[in-house]
Amino acid sequence: MFDQAFTEAAIATPVVELLSADKVFANGTRGLAPVDLAIQPGEFVCLIGPSGCGKSTLLKLIANLIEPSDGRVQWWRGDFSKVGMDGRKLAFVFQDPTLMPWAKVDTNVRLPLDLAGVPKAEAQARAAAALENVGLAAAARRYPRQLSGGMRMRVSIARALVTEPDLLLMDEPFGALDEFTRNKLDEDLVRLCHERGLTNVFVTHSIYEAVFLSTRIIVMAANPGRVFAEFVVDEPMPRDENFRRSDRFAALCREMSALLSDASLASVVS
Amino acid sequence: MKRPLIERPWFSRVMAPIGVGMLLLFFWQHLCTVYAIPKYLFPRPTDVAFAFAENWRPLLGSLVSTLYVTMMAFGLAVLLGTFTAFLFVQSRLVELSLLPYAVLLQVTPIAAVAPLIIILVKDTTTALTLCATVIAIFPIISNTTIGLRTVDPGLAAYFRMNKAGRWETLWRLRIPSALPFFLAGLRISSGLALVGAVVAEFIAGTGGTSAGLAYQIMQASFQLDIPQMFAALFLITITGVVLFALMVWLQQALLGQWHESAMEAER
Repeated sequence: MFDQAFTEAAIATPVVELLSADKVFANGTRGLAPVDLAIQPGEFVCLIGPSGCGKSTLLKLIANLIEPSDGRVQWWRGDFSKVGMDGRKLAFVFQDPTLMPWAKVDTNVRLPLDLAGVPKAEAQARAAAALENVGLAAAARRYPRQLSGGMRMRVSIARALVTEPDLLLMDEPFGALDEFTRNKLDEDLVRLCHERGLTNVFVTHSIYEAVFLSTRIIVMAANPGRVFAEFVVDEPMPRDENFRRSDRFAALCREMSALLSDASLASVVS
Repeated sequence: MKRPLIERPWFSRVMAPIGVGMLLLFFWQHLCTVYAIPKYLFPRPTDVAFAFAENWRPLLGSLVSTLYVTMMAFGLAVLLGTFTAFLFVQSRLVELSLLPYAVLLQVTPIAAVAPLIIILVKDTTTALTLCATVIAIFPIISNTTIGLRTVDPGLAAYFRMNKAGRWETLWRLRIPSALPFFLAGLRISSGLALVGAVVAEFIAGTGGTSAGLAYQIMQASFQLDIPQMFAALFLITITGVVLFALMVWLQQALLGQWHESAMEAER
């Protein structure tokens, strides 16, 4: 009884909480109006909106790459200094793969472990497992430049997964890829996050991608950057291409589309 | 797939220039013979070869002496230059306060400073090495500094996010990023070290026991022994080519698989 209650309490702790966090840049422009947002464990949250809506700023706040001008951001109800200490980890995937061109794929994947001082043999084994997970075991001894754009992005994801993070932050990771590759990567990502119970915050420009991936979509508007609406995608995980072909998917995309138009209209400077 | 001989990369890279060289030598020999140019004006390749065969012992002795100065200067330039570059990237203030002097070193013609160095430094070999180092060091400093600063901003952010320390970042990120620039610096510097050594030898004159190839050239010109002069000249040129080839090989070995500068053009 006690155990179960304890577990439930633990699950109820939000992974990230923004408490009236806002961002005013050094030049005085308001990047983000105060945001209140709590992200629960296992959620897949997409941030979408017209350019200038502050979705990247919001993601950077969550990644602690920038600090809020006012308000607070909490990770597991604590401050950022505790992140990574008690086994709760955060990983970031950039828009570009940002791999080291001089290092082979497995060395690239191993990098966060090497930086954390994990013993070499263990790091190597974990890197191999992470590469296996993204379907790139065969490419371990190749150089990044020998891989396609999609494969490089997979390496970047393997590098994020190798630390066994609890929270994965992704800034338009598949924006530069063609649609087939992107769809495939989206499917793999949904599966990986579901298997590991990962919490994910994902910035995208694509309505289809957002609907496919998310359990919840945060629609944002610009001038000033703010949260405009929330949209829950109530569809079981993991999802596959059957979902993408379903009428429900089309209906959800239509709804999202309308919502995004409203957000765009609301973004015009009056 | 087996390509025809002429299309293979090693063939075009090695055989083609050698072929051109052979052709030039042939015409040189032929023209000198046809117009009966005396060998004290312009020797034929065969005269040069005979001169070398006759005097190979002192010539090779001089070569060793020049090579010694060149390598010492090159080594010193690499060590000091790299060290200076590391100092530069540690702090902007250090760079701003030292860079003008590095430039000063670079813009002052070595021929103008060499006599001073040779007077001030008693040991001739040390003096020559210093002169050559002064010439060879600048490309190393400037290239390595640029290299250490040219870090992919995304990777730099990644290292920061993973709380990588200063040394970790230097070792795993800055040094590999700087490598292509450093190697390009080496390539320039190795040639300059040889130039510096020979120029300094010319200025130092014939004095001293360590007489390099410049000494051989001067002696030959005093005695109008032009074939001998050519022989010494060829040795200098060949040394330069070998140094350059070594640097290209090093670049290929270290960067071949990942950096565009050392990559075979993709067909």
